[in-house]
Amino acid sequence: MLYFLAYEQINDLLNALRTLGYTCMGPQVQDGTIVFDELNHAAQLPWGVHDMQKPGYYRLQQSEKKEAFAWANGPQAIKPLLFKPKESLWRVQKNDDGKLIFKEIMPDHKPVALIGARSCDLAAMAIQDKTLLKDKFIDKQYQWHREHLFVIAVNCSYSGGNCFCVSTQTGPKATSGYDLALTEVDKGFVVDIGSDKGRNLITTLKCIPATETNSRQADTRTAQAASMQTKRMPKNNSRELRNILMNHLDHPRWHEVAERCLSCGNCTAVCPTCFCHHQTETPVAQGDGSVHAREWDSCFTQGHSYIHGQVVRDTTEKRYKQWLTHKLGTWWDQFDTSGCVGCGRCVTWCPVGIDLTEEMAAIAGESNVVTDKKKGPHDD
Amino acid sequence: MMIDTPVAMKIIAKNEESPDVFTLTLQFMEEKETGYDFQPGQFNMLYLFGVGEVPISILAHGEDNSLYAHTIRRVGRVTQGLSLLKIGDCVGLRGPFGRGWPLDKAQGKDVLIVTGGLGCAPSVSIIHHILKHRERYGRLIILQGVKHSDDLIFRKQYQEWAQLPNVQVALAADISQPNWPGHTGLITELLDQVHLDLSKTLCMMCGPEGMMRATAERLTQLQLPEDAIYLSLERNMECAIGHCGHCQFGGTFICKEGPVFNYPEVKFLLSQRGF
Ligand SMILES: Cc1cc2nc3c(=O)[nH]c(=O)nc-3n(C[C@H](O)[C@H](O)[C@H](O)COP(=O)(O)OP(=O)(O)OC[C@H]3O[C@@H](n4cnc5c(N)ncnc54)[C@H](O)[C@@H]3O)c2cc1C
Ligand code: SF4
Ligand code: SF4
Ligand code: FES
Repeated sequence: MLYFLAYEQINDLLNALRTLGYTCMGPQVQDGTIVFDELNHAAQLPWGVHDMQKPGYYRLQQSEKKEAFAWANGPQAIKPLLFKPKESLWRVQKNDDGKLIFKEIMPDHKPVALIGARSCDLAAMAIQDKTLLKDKFIDKQYQWHREHLFVIAVNCSYSGGNCFCVSTQTGPKATSGYDLALTEVDKGFVVDIGSDKGRNLITTLKCIPATETNSRQADTRTAQAASMQTKRMPKNNSRELRNILMNHLDHPRWHEVAERCLSCGNCTAVCPTCFCHHQTETPVAQGDGSVHAREWDSCFTQGHSYIHGQVVRDTTEKRYKQWLTHKLGTWWDQFDTSGCVGCGRCVTWCPVGIDLTEEMAAIAGESNVVTDKKKGPHDD
Repeated sequence: MMIDTPVAMKIIAKNEESPDVFTLTLQFMEEKETGYDFQPGQFNMLYLFGVGEVPISILAHGEDNSLYAHTIRRVGRVTQGLSLLKIGDCVGLRGPFGRGWPLDKAQGKDVLIVTGGLGCAPSVSIIHHILKHRERYGRLIILQGVKHSDDLIFRKQYQEWAQLPNVQVALAADISQPNWPGHTGLITELLDQVHLDLSKTLCMMCGPEGMMRATAERLTQLQLPEDAIYLSLERNMECAIGHCGHCQFGGTFICKEGPVFNYPEVKFLLSQRGF
């Protein structure tokens, strides 16, 4: 059964989550982008804000129509909350006899409720779960964040110019991984329940059932988002890409893209499935202790493939090849899925606008342009 | 049992093998860690206080399973720091990690061990294992190559092994001193000098990738089946548990699915650059 949450009830929702002990994190405009930060009040949401995205381009635009989720995405969403940019793993203390005493460090803060996760973000979360949680080895800190997360997804009404989740079958409507999923309609949201935790919250808020008009409108909105997409991943992002890539390791396109790529690592930083990290060591004040942490890393750095006396990927060409063959190819070997969920972030935030769907198209010989495209509301 | 948060180990012996290679023998400091066990070919992450961790192969353990030797070349930050430690000092250890040598598949066969440079260190655990269970294996042929004859470590051990029945040892140095007992030239040239019964030989290799590639190619030319060749690979490692992405080799994590691979599993990528 679907419910209706009026705009006026957003603050009740935030209050109810806070009463349950959560810190609410939600989208808001900061420095010209939409970021997730602590959300104390509905007024902080990006009301009427649209995002204009093109390769290497992101701008916000204010419109008359006051919707809270009239945008596709910003540079980050769930990943930094679960797989943190930096996380302490253990502490070591040297006692008077010089003996080392190791102690695991577990997160110690209020659980987080995330409002506004997109379908692609949830698909990415499911992929990160495979890497860090459903593996032979478990990342305990990730597990803690994951188990304490409350997810309120918001289905997309508008796609960004770089979105291609329809072709990767990861959106624009969330199908799993949420406690509640909202779709924005006139005056509020249609609410779908994804878990018992979600159901209890909706009961507390005394939400009324959604009307037929509400749910029809919700369907139209997500269909609108889907029809706005102009890009696609060749072969619909299927396993086929793996062999196509591995059989074309000497394709001239690698050299050509490497001439444009700056090896800056922005793409890996914004990608919601990238998991590379390195370990860091921070000595504590008196010199008798140290904290061992993990910190995001990128396959575009020199150090990533450094082994004594040699950098395995010493050129940009080798690094770009590693990124694309892994993301769209060998990810299948490791996790039985593609590593791409079609969010378009790596295209938007690439300073030189390299578009992986275009690179893949050049190598696969299949177009990355949606041909039966209907005009969306943001098209001029 | 695998240790995932480091535990304290005491250095109880330190051997200088060469000017830049040393062996640390470590002992657990807590009783509860005695459930630790390893397979030859696996590695530990050794932690130097305040500096960080490095992957190091496990060489051997003492009689009572409480002593673990690690032979280390001093090359950078962590290994330099480890080389300065003294007997009685403490380091951290987590492990063992990875997939070791296929000792079960080697049963009943002649075992050919081809190592280059410090690759000889991880092979010591296989040699010990085979010598301990001598009746399970056929001939043992040990080939070790070094750049310069002065780089050879474990010289005494090679001499001792060479005296044993059914064991053949052959050494090669690209550049050699006048009194060098071995071959001067490439290690692949040794393959033609030792007698191999390729119908019942299993080869295990550890060393520089170029040397392993050349050896595998020569052995397959000589008609050794590709799947009778195993090799240990090396990449940057930060986590050792398949999470940090540094050791990826195409679709595998060397720390988890390796470091020991069957040659057909990695043959294609070994022929490519940048993986
Ligand atoms: C499975 C495996 C087994 C190994 N066994 C041994 C052994 O038995 N004896 C031995 O002397 N060496 C061994 N090595 C190599 C050893 O790990 C490196 O020499 C060591 O990490 C260098 O660290 P450093 O801080 O002294 O050097 P730096 O040059 O300062 O390196 C900085 C960091 O880069 C990484 N790194 C650098 N080189 C390597 C490398 N070759 N492999 C992995 N990470 C690297 C490490 O995280 C290191 O801390 C092994 C490597 C692997 C992957
Ligand atoms: S590869 Fe690019 S489009 Fe695909 S999930 Fe990562 S950031 Fe999004
Ligand atoms: S593809 Fe773009 S974002 Fe990624 S490393 Fe190259 S220049 Fe940077
Ligand atoms: S060392 Fe981290 S994934 Fe292998």
